[in-house]
Amino acid sequence: MTGQTGNGGPMRPTDLLTNAERTELIGSMRPEDAETVPELHEVDVPPELQRTIEEAMGRYPQLRSASIPALWAVQRHYGWCTPDGIRQAAAVMGLTPAYLQSVASFYDLFRLEPTAKHRVLVCHNISCWMRGADDILVEFCEATGCDHHEAEHDGANSPDGEVYVKGFECLGACDIAPMASIDEQYYGPLEPGDAATIVEQLKRGEDPMPDKDIRKRRTAGDHDTPGRGAEEVSVGE
Amino acid sequence: MPETRVLYENLDEQGLATMDVYKRRGGYTAIDTAFRSMSPEDLIFNIEESGLRGRGGAGFSMGKKGSFLPRGDMEKYLCCNADESEPGTFKDRELMYKNPHALIEGIAISALAVGASYAFIFIRGEYWEVADVLDAAVAEAYDAGYLGENILGSGCRIELVVHRGAGAYICGEETALLDSLEGKRGNPRLKPPFPAIQGLYGGPTLINNVETLMNVPLIVNKGPEWFKGMGTEQSTGTKVVSVSGCVKRPGNYEIELGIPSREIIYGLAGGPGAGREVKVWFPGGSSAPVLTGDDLDLPYSFEAMAEAGSMLGSGAIIVGDDTVSVPELALRTARFYHHESCGKCTPCREGTNWTVKMLERVVRGEATPMDLDIISSVQENIIGNCLCVLGDAMAMPVGSMVKKFRSEFDDAIAAARDAAPGPIDVAGADEPPLVLGATA
Repeated sequence: MTGQTGNGGPMRPTDLLTNAERTELIGSMRPEDAETVPELHEVDVPPELQRTIEEAMGRYPQLRSASIPALWAVQRHYGWCTPDGIRQAAAVMGLTPAYLQSVASFYDLFRLEPTAKHRVLVCHNISCWMRGADDILVEFCEATGCDHHEAEHDGANSPDGEVYVKGFECLGACDIAPMASIDEQYYGPLEPGDAATIVEQLKRGEDPMPDKDIRKRRTAGDHDTPGRGAEEVSVGE
Repeated sequence: MPETRVLYENLDEQGLATMDVYKRRGGYTAIDTAFRSMSPEDLIFNIEESGLRGRGGAGFSMGKKGSFLPRGDMEKYLCCNADESEPGTFKDRELMYKNPHALIEGIAISALAVGASYAFIFIRGEYWEVADVLDAAVAEAYDAGYLGENILGSGCRIELVVHRGAGAYICGEETALLDSLEGKRGNPRLKPPFPAIQGLYGGPTLINNVETLMNVPLIVNKGPEWFKGMGTEQSTGTKVVSVSGCVKRPGNYEIELGIPSREIIYGLAGGPGAGREVKVWFPGGSSAPVLTGDDLDLPYSFEAMAEAGSMLGSGAIIVGDDTVSVPELALRTARFYHHESCGKCTPCREGTNWTVKMLERVVRGEATPMDLDIISSVQENIIGNCLCVLGDAMAMPVGSMVKKFRSEFDDAIAAARDAAPGPIDVAGADEPPLVLGATA
């Protein structure tokens, strides 16, 4: 493998490089180093991963449409989009690894670096912010030991490798603001102190706060009709 | 003012997401009518006649859009836009999670109407659980013969694929959605050609929002006249409104279009907390220019919102009470669009970046009143100058906040100046400028 991703570590964003590093990087790139489509026998793809990707390819009129499903499959298999996983998917799909890497780097949900076991995405968009999301994120960072600045921007892993925390854009659940997506499930409205409880529960392998699971929520609806209507929430006085 | 529950009827019923219960509630009767006794032309005519307008944001007539697709034997496609990423919007999530079969029925009928043999539900990757529910419902619909080959003996074939996105607001923009569905980075395309002529894989493509498509079976069952009987002349039918922010009962409410906005914010959602007042609100998602407490008596309809200089958009009302700082709200809004800009067009990529930097200066107290004029002029230079409207979607609300709450911005700047003991330390002022290609 060639290029920055092949040398073990994940790629650093080029805008974080110093000018000297940038010049060196550009100077080190040669057209003949560009990786072509890897052969299947070179990549040692796990059979179930290959099967999932091939199934996805069969669902679409054009197989390239399976790029995103394939990356999802890689992420589910390895926990994040590993360079080797991307290479394996590229071999199955007949694309270059660079192509899939370019697709993966566009989307927020694809993780291009190793990620802790549990994933907490804390919404910090308008409605959640109005209801105290910033404090919730701080609490998650305190409970996990994640660096707050890092969590707010790129996402941070806790020092014990158990929980990944990231400030996220609107997750489409402003009815339960402030909320978080925890291992792909939505929970809210979160209150002060909930973050510490949730982190404890995750570390013990329990479901976090079952009563705040959005799946249990009824429609807001007409509160004058008995049996209908959302419960009132505190909005400050 | 009660709700008018049409799409939301029975939504809390246990098991509605299964075919059995959905059929017991009258589901899959419209697909029967459509496939056995209606021609595609009849369907398009009925949808257009009903006045159904797109529920995703732009509010374009669905029937008109459908009629733009050419007739003929070429491969055509239908995409259901379930990317729902507009801040403040959460209606499609609830609709799909609780009643997936109504969406599938709407998609099958609409695909018949435009002659599409492939349909896709592009659902945002964050809605993993909702996509699982859709997958299960699609499998049931295939088994029952409502999808696949020779649907209900009509000879029509419709394949439906649930496609999970991976986290990008831009993919809610229809041409970026198509690129993403083709397996690329989600960059918008130049229009024209519009997707109705040249869309997915180069073929004619109909793209509609979840809520829009879910109205189609109802129009087939009850007729366009019934649909027109609700709402106003230019905004027919009901609308699911997502109310959030500083209100006591945030949630989705289905209303007849045209009722006073106050009824929604105060009557249904309970209004802000005791002793608080509505100061600022977005009537249609964070992309809509903001309105103030003085605008609460406007009817909630496409035309009234447009007349007031804003838009109904996706029907997401975000309410800010008098504790909310508008400069901070503007910053929060701008940060979102800066993060989500795909970077393809310069006015959006650079405009969102500089707007965030300037608003940070305002909030930190490092700005001058002149910066506000620069912010306004940046917004004006974004609008209309990009391939898609993502940049506009920041420029409109931010521009409207600076315009309508100018004195609050001025006060924030003045207060920070007065509080500062000496010359203001501007972050990054002592760093040398970065010159591309220069060696350090």
